[in-house]
Amino acid sequence: MEKYQVTTAKIIKMENLCGTIYDVTVENDYLAKASKCGQFVHIDCGDEFVLRRPISICEVTDTGIRFIFDVRGKGTKKLSEKKVGDTLDILGPLGNGFAIRKEKALIIGGGIGVYPLYELAKQVETCDVALGFRTKELVTLENEFQNHCDNLYIATDDGSYGFHGNALSAVKEKLERGAYEAVYACGPLPMLKALKEITDRCNIFCQISMEERMGCGIGACLCCNIKVEDDGEEGFKHLHVCKDGPVFNAKEVLL
Amino acid sequence: MANLKVNYLGVEFKNPVVTASGTFGFGMEYNELYPIEKLGGITVKGLTLNERQGNPAPRITETPSGVLNSVGLQNPGVRYFAKKIMPELKKLNLNIIANVSGSTFADYVEACKIVDASGADIIELNVSCPNVKQGGAAFGTNPDTVYEITKLVKQAISTPLCIKLSPNVTDIASIGQAAMDAGADGLSLINTVSGMAIDLKTRKPVFHNIVAGLSGPCVKPIAVRSVYQTYGKTKAHIIGMGGIANGNDAVEFMAAGATLVSIGTMNFKDPFTPLKVIEGLNSYLDQNGISDVNELIGCAHPEGKKI
Repeated sequence: MEKYQVTTAKIIKMENLCGTIYDVTVENDYLAKASKCGQFVHIDCGDEFVLRRPISICEVTDTGIRFIFDVRGKGTKKLSEKKVGDTLDILGPLGNGFAIRKEKALIIGGGIGVYPLYELAKQVETCDVALGFRTKELVTLENEFQNHCDNLYIATDDGSYGFHGNALSAVKEKLERGAYEAVYACGPLPMLKALKEITDRCNIFCQISMEERMGCGIGACLCCNIKVEDDGEEGFKHLHVCKDGPVFNAKEVLL
Repeated sequence: MANLKVNYLGVEFKNPVVTASGTFGFGMEYNELYPIEKLGGITVKGLTLNERQGNPAPRITETPSGVLNSVGLQNPGVRYFAKKIMPELKKLNLNIIANVSGSTFADYVEACKIVDASGADIIELNVSCPNVKQGGAAFGTNPDTVYEITKLVKQAISTPLCIKLSPNVTDIASIGQAAMDAGADGLSLINTVSGMAIDLKTRKPVFHNIVAGLSGPCVKPIAVRSVYQTYGKTKAHIIGMGGIANGNDAVEFMAAGATLVSIGTMNFKDPFTPLKVIEGLNSYLDQNGISDVNELIGCAHPEGKKI
């Protein structure tokens, strides 16, 4: 099977989850078979856009994939106006997924970083999940994650639901105590930085899913660069979110 | 089916469609999607003597009908290219145009010598990259410097040499003329148009380098005009590029004077764009009763052949 294709997928579910966040399921046999948790797809949002929009896969279904996105600009706005029955031009699946380990895992997501972690939660053998949202109205996928983990911790920035603080604050103590052998995360940079500090210090296997402004999506244009450690003269080198990621080992990334 | 074969600088191309430097890596990512051997050739990512890490993120942002980029020539260096990448590319039946850049005259010459020995079919000298501090467009906007660097490189290599021109000049044709006077075999145009964007959250420039390079369909009229004027003045063999999205766009560039057409930014939107350009070009020729694509080259000029 090819690593990725340009393919047409029919929308079979399109729902406004809350605020400007949309939950989409598309039907496409190739994507259903080829997609792995942690990968993303690159979606053509319409003729007026030269760049596709990269969106993480939330769930791999029997007949296609599900993804959840927030309206951030004109492209995603246009995408949010699509209806069930419409088709999408999708390049994917792209990037490398999470490396699933057998040990007890912590899955930790903040904001829209919650959604790329759902398929992973379904696939890991045993995990706790910590999810952070800005406020109560934005708390989503709570029941779905609940079905696939031992303990679910929900945090809100304003304290309107669950723990008062970010997702990490809800599980920090347990993590530092050595309760988890593997950590997987996606979310805002401050959260990832704090998490990297802890997992580096406590020597815990940690993978994070990164985002950056993207061009081609397949590693040709070299636009979506992130810094990683390197022994060379400059002390760093640039890897690319689309081809080398979006999942990176937290240990090697310079945040 | 019209004849699509063209000869550029003594090199036979099975069709006039190639890809633009920096948008197509070294071809391998797109070869996953379709056999890139269907193309006339590819232009590889801009190479420098030593490996470069390029500019910090962000490197790209969308504009109406285009993109601004500020990659800053991230590349593994010419030695790695010659040793690891060229042997793989040579296995494929397509022409390789190696885009070479540098910060000093000596760098350019040294890098070109290594590429010259690598078996690349054509060297495209990048004197027009807007995203690096030294070299790049700083060389390409001055006719005397273009003359000097072209002469130095031409003396050092035997591979056919074309010079890639910047549109950010008062008179692109005279820069092209300087390159041809110095012994260039051909020209390639246009590189990106100097542009800028401001972040509405921070109210500061989006890119670290402040200015960035604009490409895509929004620059096409500038590119067609540049090719027309440069061909008009120099009659040079030209690789034309700037926002080409379909066969009709390719016809415009060839009529303006291009022998080859190069697909860049639109690869991001639709990776199959180069194949669609080949198809579209062929159907244009068939529909208009033109049996040979070579008839298009320069036909828009007053002295152009009536077809």
